[in-house]
Amino acid sequence: MIRFTDVYKRYPNRYEALSGLSFHLEKGEMAFLTGHSGAGKSTLLKLIALIERSTHGQVLINNQNLTRFPIRKIPYYRRQIGLVFQDHNLLHDRTVFDNVALPLVIAGENHREIGRRVRASLDKVGLLGKERNLPIALSGGEQQRVGIARAVVNRPTILLADEPTGNLDPDLSRDIMELFEQFNQVGTTVFIATHDLDLIQTMPYRQVILHQGRIAPQVPT
Amino acid sequence: MRLPTFVTNYLLRHLQTMLFSLGQLWRQPFASLMTVTVIGIALALPAGLYVLLQNVNNISDQWDNASQITLFLQQDLSQKQAKELSKKLQKWPDIAQLDYQTADQSLIEFRQLSGLGNLLDTLPDNPLPAIIIVYPADENLRPDAIGSLLARLEELPQVEQVQLDMEWLQRLRSINKTIQRGITILGLLLSLSVLLVIGNTIRLAILNRQSEIRVMKLVGATDRFIRRPFLYTGFWYGILGGLFAWFTLLFTLGLLTGPIHELIGHYGSDFNLQWFTAYMLMTLPMIGALLGISGAWLAVGRHIHMIEPD
Repeated sequence: MIRFTDVYKRYPNRYEALSGLSFHLEKGEMAFLTGHSGAGKSTLLKLIALIERSTHGQVLINNQNLTRFPIRKIPYYRRQIGLVFQDHNLLHDRTVFDNVALPLVIAGENHREIGRRVRASLDKVGLLGKERNLPIALSGGEQQRVGIARAVVNRPTILLADEPTGNLDPDLSRDIMELFEQFNQVGTTVFIATHDLDLIQTMPYRQVILHQGRIAPQVPT
Repeated sequence: MRLPTFVTNYLLRHLQTMLFSLGQLWRQPFASLMTVTVIGIALALPAGLYVLLQNVNNISDQWDNASQITLFLQQDLSQKQAKELSKKLQKWPDIAQLDYQTADQSLIEFRQLSGLGNLLDTLPDNPLPAIIIVYPADENLRPDAIGSLLARLEELPQVEQVQLDMEWLQRLRSINKTIQRGITILGLLLSLSVLLVIGNTIRLAILNRQSEIRVMKLVGATDRFIRRPFLYTGFWYGILGGLFAWFTLLFTLGLLTGPIHELIGHYGSDFNLQWFTAYMLMTLPMIGALLGISGAWLAVGRHIHMIEPD
């Protein structure tokens, strides 16, 4: 589902974020992406979401080669991927409902279908009663759930999360991770960048560990 | 007939975006009003001048009726013959009225007007011919009718020369034409400024919503989808500016009515000032909307493409 082959990413200031990275994530797999700050976690996720492009090497996502992916097709590609961010990236002048509905509105779904799927998605993250609220009226954990509801509302094949529990206390973090597990159990490939090592040690999933832009041979101490 | 679902969906989405854009303007009433006012004034100015010019044209069209034809009679024509000619012409249906003026009368008039009395005294004979001034009948004033009347008058053996006294009218016409061109240029320049005002307003709106645009791109929005509400914003600015221009025009011309009627009263004309109210109500918002969309297009084309998630 996600396959990196000898991928390099060099920025214009000659900083090399990824140096010959290769790894593979199976369809339906759930995995964590860890490593110290600056190890290249964010860069890796940006390559998958086509926010950045690799300088060298091949990135294959869901059998699509991203190396020379045409710009005008990028929006349609991104609709296959659910993105969850540390700072939620919600639109603060729109209600919870409208935030979650955004990907469906963009995809041109019809009105009734949007209502149905937004409510199903909010139900799954436990926020069904808050659809008329503005994001600002919600707690940090709730806002993150809205972000997750938005990421999964159009049933993406891949769910990417960048430090989704970065601003949350341990209990809330565990709740959020369990939510990701639930989506993984229905077949979504889930890939989460995090440095909440204590939390993920307790969970039975593979860890992709980055060290200076490469896969670390073992867990660094 | 029912439209296919995707068509209704598409139209519904456009309607939603349209209302959403209007709602956004409504939420910032002060800023929106300022923009609308600027656009309105820029549109009202050329439109107002246009209305005045059209009215001047109407007046000069009326004056067309006052055009007269001067017949210069043959020098050797006797007064009796001239009078006979007058009587004959009187019966022509396309002639309303005529004035006969003898050569002596012409000389007296010329002496008065030219101030060349002494010089005229040195001449052995009166060099001036007798004339008949012909006022064409009202219903025969179309250019071709006048033309045919002129041709028939020219064929008369008693007539030396026929002259249509329209020079002053032609002068007025060419002044009008010059002013018209001036107004057209002014209108184009002001339209350009409307375009740029809207373009700049939209550009600022885009910059204000940068983070929102990034989020939309991250969840798969096409440039076209993001562009749409901004184009509708331009559309609303244009339409509202056009309506504002219309009200401004109505108000300003209303203020002018009194003085203009007084002015016209002095000339004893029954002329009525025309506002083109309905025509302007259609045209101004339409031109505004067109300029609005174009201006917005100028802004979105570049800026939305440049904003990318980071």
